[in-house]
Amino acid sequence: MAQHEVNYASTGGLPVALTTVDKLLNWGRANSLWPMTYGLACCAIEMMATGASRFDFDRMGVIFRASPRQSDVLILAGTLSKKHSEFARRLYDQMPDPKWVISMGSCANTGGMFNTYATVQGVDRIVPVDIYLPGCAPRPETLQYAVMMLQKKINRQSGNMNKNTKQRFV
Amino acid sequence: MRKYTPKDNVQGKAKYTDRFWVAPRVPRESFDEDSHFAAVHKAMNEAVDVLDAYVELDQLVIHIRPEDNIAALKVLKNRCDYAMCSELSAIDYLAQDGEFEIFYQMLNLKKAKRTRILTRIKENQAIESIVPLYAMANFAEREMYDMFGIYVNNHSYLKRIIMPDDWVGHPLRKTYPLQGDEHAAWYEVDKIFGKEHRDVIGPENRDPGRIDRYDSQRFSRVGYEVPFGAQEAESETEQPIEYSKQILVDYTTGSEVLDTRK
Repeated sequence: MAQHEVNYASTGGLPVALTTVDKLLNWGRANSLWPMTYGLACCAIEMMATGASRFDFDRMGVIFRASPRQSDVLILAGTLSKKHSEFARRLYDQMPDPKWVISMGSCANTGGMFNTYATVQGVDRIVPVDIYLPGCAPRPETLQYAVMMLQKKINRQSGNMNKNTKQRFV
Repeated sequence: MRKYTPKDNVQGKAKYTDRFWVAPRVPRESFDEDSHFAAVHKAMNEAVDVLDAYVELDQLVIHIRPEDNIAALKVLKNRCDYAMCSELSAIDYLAQDGEFEIFYQMLNLKKAKRTRILTRIKENQAIESIVPLYAMANFAEREMYDMFGIYVNNHSYLKRIIMPDDWVGHPLRKTYPLQGDEHAAWYEVDKIFGKEHRDVIGPENRDPGRIDRYDSQRFSRVGYEVPFGAQEAESETEQPIEYSKQILVDYTTGSEVLDTRK
């Protein structure tokens, strides 16, 4: 037998990994989260820094995509004004399932210091949010931690997205 | 040093309680006979009806009638070298005088002098557009229309510029509530989901720091636990917080063994 050939039967360990479909799907989903290049305010600067070389989002499989059709995470980074809320929801609707939402920063979580007529008081009024990320603005490490939390959450979920209870408005 | 004022309950109290407090005013000065401002004033007097003119913080302020605004700005642009209109907007004096004050902030780049043209209009009165003289007024007049609801005659594209087109109300009026009226509060819900979803989504939470002790979904109970999502009647009397003995241990006199392994 040539040296490079492996005798599967004799090495005592078949190269077979046993898993469930759920775990396999979630493994694939959680390790290639592609957020949309979509910044609303100053939190977007931190988000850009996270994607750039110093903090290096790519090592976690996170690559920013310029189209909602190619992305599965919506990071709402910044103050969402009421005028823009319609478009944010439209972008969310354009993303293919499965999709997740990270609400980044105080303004996106609750409206933050903008307790005014023109600011949406929490983006969970228009899209279902998976991770609320506090901070004003959150550090890039915090955004990476949020993505890690989201990966944990995805790994907990069922591979069948219809089974996952999610806040659905329509 | 600044005068000390007691800070207790400053949120509850009105900011100015002195009935006789008078807001400090910028002193109004007159201009010299042979100064640049005198020449502007003279040229303006020949063209339009000048109601008042004085110098405030080295800027000439001229009050005119609202129907004279084009004629007055023509004088400034063509005869006095005011090449730039740096800002144009309104101030809401409706509660005080029943009027808006419209100001045109003009800049003479050659002499580095500024002149402000002031005029007052009633609530439903329109003002003539100055876009033919100063192109910057296109956006500024749209903003004035958006924020105050002042119509501008002969504007080529008078449309809201900051707020969405279907917005109701004009936010910079003093009567507009800071946290928005009924329409503003439900704007995004109505637009995205429709009015019938108001009940599903619920009203805005304007106090994100509020803790609801009956909400067992978002808050955990201190002292005693209830199941997630448990409904508790609000009529129930509030129970005093009971700390368990395992949490509060008197370390100095207590004889309990903290670590059971010992």
